[in-house]
Amino acid sequence: MGRTFINSDNSLTLEERRLQRRYLISRLLRYFALAVVIFFAIALFMPIIWMILGSFKIQRVALAYPPEFIPSNPTLENWIHLLVDRPSLQWLINSFIVAGGISLFGVITSTFAGYAFGKKEFPGRTILFWIILMTMMLPRQIYLIPLFVLMKNLGWFNSYQGMIAPYLVYPFGIFLMRQFMQSIPDELLEAGRMDGANELQLFWSIVVPLSRPAIGAIAIFGFMAGWNDYLWQLVMTTDESWMTLPVGISKLTASGVGSIDIGVGMAGATFAFIPMLLIFLLFQRHFIKGITVGALKG
Amino acid sequence: MQGHFMKRVWDGRWGYIFIAPAMIPFLIFTGYPLIQGILLSFYNAGVNRDKWEYIGLKNYTNLLTRDPVFPIAIKNTFLFVLGVVPTAMIICLFVAVLIFPMSQRKQTFFRAAFYMPVVSAGVVLSMVWVYIYSQEYGLLNYILEATGILNLINGGEKIGWLAQTDTALVSLAIVVLSWSLGQPLILFLAGLAAIPEALYDAAKIDGANSWQAFWRITLPLLRPTILFVLVVTTIAVFQVFVVVQLMTLGGPANATQTIVYRIWVSAFTTFKFGYASAMAVILLAIVSVLAIIQFKLLDRQLT
Repeated sequence: MGRTFINSDNSLTLEERRLQRRYLISRLLRYFALAVVIFFAIALFMPIIWMILGSFKIQRVALAYPPEFIPSNPTLENWIHLLVDRPSLQWLINSFIVAGGISLFGVITSTFAGYAFGKKEFPGRTILFWIILMTMMLPRQIYLIPLFVLMKNLGWFNSYQGMIAPYLVYPFGIFLMRQFMQSIPDELLEAGRMDGANELQLFWSIVVPLSRPAIGAIAIFGFMAGWNDYLWQLVMTTDESWMTLPVGISKLTASGVGSIDIGVGMAGATFAFIPMLLIFLLFQRHFIKGITVGALKG
Repeated sequence: MQGHFMKRVWDGRWGYIFIAPAMIPFLIFTGYPLIQGILLSFYNAGVNRDKWEYIGLKNYTNLLTRDPVFPIAIKNTFLFVLGVVPTAMIICLFVAVLIFPMSQRKQTFFRAAFYMPVVSAGVVLSMVWVYIYSQEYGLLNYILEATGILNLINGGEKIGWLAQTDTALVSLAIVVLSWSLGQPLILFLAGLAAIPEALYDAAKIDGANSWQAFWRITLPLLRPTILFVLVVTTIAVFQVFVVVQLMTLGGPANATQTIVYRIWVSAFTTFKFGYASAMAVILLAIVSVLAIIQFKLLDRQLT
């Protein structure tokens, strides 16, 4: 910083002392800010830890005050009740099918449509794209109500198609794909055409492989969205064996049969949490990449 | 002219073919229901299809003047949004700027921590927090009591977070806040990464301190990201439902009624489809206006 001055008697000048004080203060502030952030991080982790611990508590321990961090008399009863007396494994399977279906169809429709919007020219392209984009912005409840009536008429309550149908199209996915597709050089496609490839071949052998990052992002986000789609799944399932995991778990504590042990509720919540956690850990890099691909290319 | 148009349609035929897989389900399951939804709001529509009758704006006027709960729901939803969205934005901006210079490993730790509630999502978090908020045996009261804070704010008496009208909404808002931090944080980190290092170097040479660098370089360049996050988070928080459904059922004394919760009650428990559709349209109007305002505000200063 070149402006350090020392007096002839080796004491620090006023200038230098001021600079050193400023550095000290900004360093203290930085440490304080860091402490605040760490506090936040811990506060966000805590409920999860609490939940997992709670799943091993018998009711008496769960209601104890002061609360016990390490439960005395830890038990597997709650888990057994959850997995045996309730169709929780079925719920898990249902969630995977529904979320997987939404993810899969989302990828398919988004890739096709994204390619069209990004690389093809046709009348109405802009309007259609904006219409689809707009639906992403509006609250879904508007079309959920008539959809509910439609589902009733189709007899699609308590069915996989009923829970997947409204989400066959994933506007965010189309948006992402379009952005991505636009960055694919036209020369590649031209070269393919000159080699005699038809449109579908072009799409399948050039465009799709190049779009893998975006496909990955859409697959993951679609899966997450489908997994956490509580309201619609709640409304579509009256039969316990058709419920998805979040819906089924939520009914554990709300059932009128008499309140269940807190521990069972915690076990249920943990059970609903673990799949998402695993997926997050496995695909963390894709997650982050996916979000940033969407935001930066926007 | 018409021949020219038809030629463009024919030339673009592959475009239409490729968007078909998306457009067809879209029209059936989103587009058409959307129009229906808006139309339904003008009808008195219940379970019995034959008894649907056109009543014009009756649903809207009833909602805004005769419904004892809906205006409260609107107010509460606004309070939710006003509480959660700015707080989330500021926290995430602050955290992003702070952890950005750190090593990748430390960043990953923080990102994971903040994203954990997002991964858990509504049902999981709601169930845990009901337990944590419990007046008698909840973890929160315990921590407050053990640290002496409870003494300061409530004279040592344990607080019924979800049972008292003055604390219920805030309690829910905190839960919603916890899962609204992950996404913005990651987006801000990505946005920060896109700012060229050279700008900061140039500023340093000119003698700027870090505060000035933040205001004059970081914030303006983050503006598109901030706008995006703002709009998306606002829309999401406006639709708050799960926490109400699983933690308070709209109580106590309507303190936590929200718009989507009313829609759910109306449409899916009492089957007043027309009435609920009107609520949804009102929600749509509010959200659209807010989005436009946000765009105008943040775009205007882009000069």
